[in-house]
Amino acid sequence: MSAVLADMPKTDMSKMVAPATTKAIAPSKGGRPWTFYLLATLFGFYVIALYGPMFCIYVLSFQDIRGGLVFPMKGQSLHWFVDLFTQVRTGDVKGSFDRSIKLAVIVTVITVVVSFLAGLGFRKRFRGDTVVFYMMIGSLVAPGLVLGLGTGLLFQALGLNASWYTSALGAQLSWTLPFGVLVMFAVMSRFNHVWEEAAYDLGASRWQSIRLVMIPVLAPGLVAVALFGFTLSYDEFARSLQTAGSLNTLPLEIWSMTLNVTSPSLYALGTVTTIVSFIVIGASLGSIVLIQKKRGSSTKG
Amino acid sequence: MRRCQKIDFEAFADMQPSLSPAQTSPRANLAGWLYVSPLVLVLVPFFVAPILVVLAASFFATDGFGGLTPGFTLASYVEVLHSALTLKLYLATIKFTVLTWIFTLIIGFFVAYFLVFHVRNQLLAIGLFLLCTVPFWTSNIIRMISWIPLLGKEGLINQVLLGLGVIRQPLEVLLFSDLAVVIAYVHQLTIFMIVPIFNSMARIDKKLIEAAIDAGASRFDIMRLIVVPMSKSGIALGTIFVVSIVMGDFFVVKVMSGGGSASVVSAFYEDVGVLQYPTAAASAVLLTLVLVAIVSLILRTVDIRQEITR
Repeated sequence: MSAVLADMPKTDMSKMVAPATTKAIAPSKGGRPWTFYLLATLFGFYVIALYGPMFCIYVLSFQDIRGGLVFPMKGQSLHWFVDLFTQVRTGDVKGSFDRSIKLAVIVTVITVVVSFLAGLGFRKRFRGDTVVFYMMIGSLVAPGLVLGLGTGLLFQALGLNASWYTSALGAQLSWTLPFGVLVMFAVMSRFNHVWEEAAYDLGASRWQSIRLVMIPVLAPGLVAVALFGFTLSYDEFARSLQTAGSLNTLPLEIWSMTLNVTSPSLYALGTVTTIVSFIVIGASLGSIVLIQKKRGSSTKG
Repeated sequence: MRRCQKIDFEAFADMQPSLSPAQTSPRANLAGWLYVSPLVLVLVPFFVAPILVVLAASFFATDGFGGLTPGFTLASYVEVLHSALTLKLYLATIKFTVLTWIFTLIIGFFVAYFLVFHVRNQLLAIGLFLLCTVPFWTSNIIRMISWIPLLGKEGLINQVLLGLGVIRQPLEVLLFSDLAVVIAYVHQLTIFMIVPIFNSMARIDKKLIEAAIDAGASRFDIMRLIVVPMSKSGIALGTIFVVSIVMGDFFVVKVMSGGGSASVVSAFYEDVGVLQYPTAAASAVLLTLVLVAIVSLILRTVDIRQEITR
């Protein structure tokens, strides 16, 4: 599903949006059809509905001590952010935040490596590839809570302790890996096999061709896989619920807060975790653009 | 303009020759398996095994306190299938799934259509597409609770409507209702429709549409005979995502309905909470069977593997 995401800033966008020459669909000049205005309005409403509510809670998280869960805003302060990290009643926000970041980094590394290898493997047909493919699709669409319970019971039966770095790690990988491999499919489909063959013709070993040709060429796609790995793990909830053991990850902490905290500190936590997400998204997209730019200038020069 | 219908679009999809697995050499088989072995090593213990454990647990007996007695009894299935609650839960889940599917499909289709066919500037199209996808990489729970200040009894929407004099008393159906559940689902899942439909639409050759216009096709004809049929695979892929997520969800139902509604998985969650593992497992197995049936029905209309790897 992510062909476009991974390859977004590549220069072959002409394939995706061809120069429009027709009047009825997308005129390159002249008046626009009435459908344009209708759909532009729909798009505008969609984007407002997408971001509007999120924006509301960011604003409301900056209220002072009198603040409630709804508008109008009561004062302005950082009270609820301080409250978040000092109050005991809101639980262990700091610890869970710490664990979630660590877990997301581990998941990201494993997701990138395993997805890359699987992407290489799926380029050619091999006996039983369909089984692996559908196993992956199954892992993607299976209800997370059910998988989580199964994993939890499995660990219990084997006499192992469930913890965020064992059972929850595996449970999250069952969610991030299918996404990672799907992104790799999209990335690989744009990879020109000629480059790899040229490397072999010049005497490169398999490992050399991977390290010196494939990884640099596919770097933007690998960053996209990392973005999926990190954010999906960092926000993962259903699969972690029964597998995280006694120590919560951040989404589990937020979940327990939604059930019993009725102060803007819930919103403050939402603001903090979204800022982290936005930093990661910005860094990933930024580095993809940077890689592409560098490539563009080096081929010109 | 019936003539357009005669074009066999499916023929285009089959143009790429692909090696059938039977023709591959043992060496290629080994290399393929080596590359995917790390993936398999994760999926077997964390996808296949848990499913089997749940399947096994559904046949076990329980002491009612979380202890499981290995054995083979269909008691849990009988209990689940005989319960009047089960039917109610499935009807509620199907209602949410169908409503969410309709809204995400309509919005997703037209947003993708707008981006592919109406935005002239390529960079702008990419930028707007990214604008739609960014929330996907942020927390679902946070995006869900962000509707509370809007939909609540004292929320923004009620305040505005009261201020305008449209209503005399605050609407209570906005939050903690089925409406709120569907709003939250559509808010979260439309992206799963936009991305695959956008991908299929972007692959439509614009020359085809020019040809249709030259042949005198109307805008509606182009939509009906070219755009919709050629976006079919994207729609199928998006549908699989939306349906499987809604049917497997429990926290949106739990929070946004305020406990007023339940779905199959939220009931499963309650069962697990009171340590009724076999009953929970039996209902999970049934749900998985229903999901598998729906997904394979969709897969019959589209070769997902061909679609994804292309």
